Amino acid sequence: MPKANTTPLISFTNRGLYCSAGDFYIDPWRPVDKAVITHAHSDHAKNGNKQYLCHHFTKPLLEARLGNNHYQSIGWNEVVRINGVSISLHPAGHMIGSSQIRVSHQDEVWVVSGDYKTENDGISGAFEPIRCNTFITESTFGLPIYNWLPQHDMYTQIQQWVQNNKAKKTTSILFAYSLGKAQRLLQALAMFNEPIYLHGAIWNMQMALAATGIAFPQVERITPETLREKLKGAIVIAPPGAEGTSWMKKMEPYSTAVCSGWMQVRGNARRRNTDMGFALSDHADWKGLLAAITSTGAEKVFVTHGFQSALSRYLNEQGIWSAEVKTAYGNGEEENENANSATDAINTTITTQQ
Amino acid sequence: MQQFSLLVHTLGTATKTNEKLEALATYFTTAPTKDKVWVIALFSGRRPKRMASSGVLQQWCCALASIPDWLFLECYHTAGDLAETIALLLPPPTNTTHTHKHLHEYLEQIIDLQKADEAAKQAFVTQCWLQMNTDERFVFNKLLTGGFRIGVSQKMMVNALAKTMQIPASAIAHRISGNWNPATTTYENLLSAESVTTDFSKPYPFYLAYALEQTPETLGSPEEWQAEWKWDGIRGQLIKRNNELFVWSRGEELMTDKFPEYQALLDKLPNGIVLDGEIIPAINGKPLPFAILQTRIGRKNISKKQLQDAPIAFFAYDLLEHEAQDIRHLPLAQRRLLMENIIANAQHPTLQISPVIPFTNWQSLVQTRTQSRAMLAEGLMLKRKSAPYQVGRKVGDWWKWKIDALTIDAVLIYAQKGHGRRSNLYTDYTFAVKDGDKLVSFTKAYSGLTDKEFNEVDAFVKRNAIEKFGPVRTVKPELVFEIAFEGIAASNRHKSGVALRFPRMHRWRKDKKADEINTLQDLKNLLLTYGK
Ligand SMILES: [Zn+2]
Ligand SMILES: [Zn+2]
Repeated sequence: MPKANTTPLISFTNRGLYCSAGDFYIDPWRPVDKAVITHAHSDHAKNGNKQYLCHHFTKPLLEARLGNNHYQSIGWNEVVRINGVSISLHPAGHMIGSSQIRVSHQDEVWVVSGDYKTENDGISGAFEPIRCNTFITESTFGLPIYNWLPQHDMYTQIQQWVQNNKAKKTTSILFAYSLGKAQRLLQALAMFNEPIYLHGAIWNMQMALAATGIAFPQVERITPETLREKLKGAIVIAPPGAEGTSWMKKMEPYSTAVCSGWMQVRGNARRRNTDMGFALSDHADWKGLLAAITSTGAEKVFVTHGFQSALSRYLNEQGIWSAEVKTAYGNGEEENENANSATDAINTTITTQQ
Repeated sequence: MQQFSLLVHTLGTATKTNEKLEALATYFTTAPTKDKVWVIALFSGRRPKRMASSGVLQQWCCALASIPDWLFLECYHTAGDLAETIALLLPPPTNTTHTHKHLHEYLEQIIDLQKADEAAKQAFVTQCWLQMNTDERFVFNKLLTGGFRIGVSQKMMVNALAKTMQIPASAIAHRISGNWNPATTTYENLLSAESVTTDFSKPYPFYLAYALEQTPETLGSPEEWQAEWKWDGIRGQLIKRNNELFVWSRGEELMTDKFPEYQALLDKLPNGIVLDGEIIPAINGKPLPFAILQTRIGRKNISKKQLQDAPIAFFAYDLLEHEAQDIRHLPLAQRRLLMENIIANAQHPTLQISPVIPFTNWQSLVQTRTQSRAMLAEGLMLKRKSAPYQVGRKVGDWWKWKIDALTIDAVLIYAQKGHGRRSNLYTDYTFAVKDGDKLVSFTKAYSGLTDKEFNEVDAFVKRNAIEKFGPVRTVKPELVFEIAFEGIAASNRHKSGVALRFPRMHRWRKDKKADEINTLQDLKNLLLTYGK
């Protein structure tokens, strides 16, 4: 029996995704009382909320990024009830701790994907498709030009590049976001069996991750005292903001590479004045998005965070009801190539089209 | 083909000139000779005629990838390059075990199919696509669509050839210039010394001037220098050899047929000469604005009226060959004397001499320079009287001393994503001036900002987009820029009634608010003063 058309289970407000039946927000971008957080990236987890609910692995990262707050953490598939609404977290495969949020009330189920990746990277948890009535999906790489190589092939390319640099006694500097991409690189580079040098920003996140108990290769922090000699031919991971700064001087001679899904397009790779671009992404590619959406069996799909208009139009043409939603997501980690631009001055207009 | 696709990949990603040079030299040492000829041709702007339009390639790609046209266009706007968009959209290769063909074999097939029907073309292209990986597809699509602007200049290629062949770069540059067909020319013939004497049309590489950034006093004594106007036309070489006349543009395009006026000179000039000068429209030796030349470029059939209203002349300023001898090693003063003789004997309004501006001290020249716009010149040229004619851009003997650009303050109103290197950033802008309380768009500009500034404007556009029309975003009129340009002309194709020449962003006026910009009337005043 179709229900009377009342307020939807989740609505799009100028503070974020809001569940009125449970009176909580998901990844709000303005301070609220109760926030359920998909993952620790800065465009999804903001400061100033009274209570946070997140995955066990996300908690230490939020503590490192946002300081002391009221955090409650749960495991995947564990159900919490708030005001009669059931909430559970399910692996999203995007980064350590990243979760989709399943919200169910009476006989209706909504899933908020957060950011996700369908390929299992071995550290973020395997993306779990959840059946639901309504799916709110991201679309960072929601165009068919974005199709990733399997992780194994990408890792091989990166390893070969490092190997070539070593042969030339050149330091390999890899630019990667400190949460997510940096850890995958550590995994890809473990085979060299040598300490990997980290920029301070990545080091801090790495220390916070120790609490999750996940094993990583040996790392060393680069400090003003680190000897030049040690860095010769070594492997260095730094955040994109360090690119082109005097911080790099000590590593000369070096070769640089950016690791990001945007490197799929030559123009982007060339615009960054780096020697190499590896299209290694923490988001689903076009095929991944379509597969994930289909496997939810959802009747309605809201698209946020990226190429929402293209993906949403395509879904409608494929017979899946869809609408685009403008959110403040996507101005945070991977999407933001320009480290200086203000992440807080974001567009909060909500437009849902029929 | 794999070897070539690797070369293109290296040239596209290498950040250091040396690496690119190395990659080219390696290629020229190891690649099959037939392929090498084609690479020289492609990298010097000689490419086979297109066998399929962009629209048709798009259709074939959409059919293979099973995507609608609008989605293809979204992808194209994001990737910014047609060849790359197609390469990324095609489904994975189905047949990778095929025998790999050479670059020249693909090119020969492309040429063979030019006159074939569409079905045959589609079958060929589809079959090639399904055998190739993404990098090879990209390169193959570039062959189909033409245009290999991939971060390698002709000069760099010439240097690489010079290195592998152990021949001076200037000789290589001369040998690969002019009129030759890569399908019928062998590598040995192309680069042999004899080739130059058998091709009568062959121009010399142009000597290019550097911009003078300091005061002219830094050049030393005025007697050592010759001053001329810097004409606002197309740089060209006018050649008469073997009773035939050829006109080349600096872009190494043979323009003889585009400007039938020049044929009148055939009987007036001696054989075995090459003149360097400027292609400009002029009546009785008085230059007309560049905009008039533009009405002639790209037009196949020229009407009587056009020949009357915009007759093209050649303003000669140098002589590179005399009595069939290369005289580029002679000092400018001597070449000039020989040239003046030839032009005086020809006595024809189509062939003008670019006059020498007399001056005894630098200060008087500073005065003369201020009259450039009235002369329809872009400024002055300064050339050392004792210097030989060199190859390419060399510092020291030729300087261009341009007048300051015209400027106007305007507000950014539309933005669009750039292409190629800037495909994910909003870098193509449209600007407006005030007209009462309305804004009137009057020009586009794409260049002049630093990467950092482009990033800043891009972030502004993403946050302040009001409306979208396809790829275009209307933005809040807030950012003010000083737009510099070289010339202004009346135009009924533009809402504002004016068209600018070489507009670019000179400065970001963060100190100015949108209501402090210039007005439409200011633009019209500039048009009155400079736009005749
Ligand atoms: Zn994220
Ligand atoms: Zn995100």
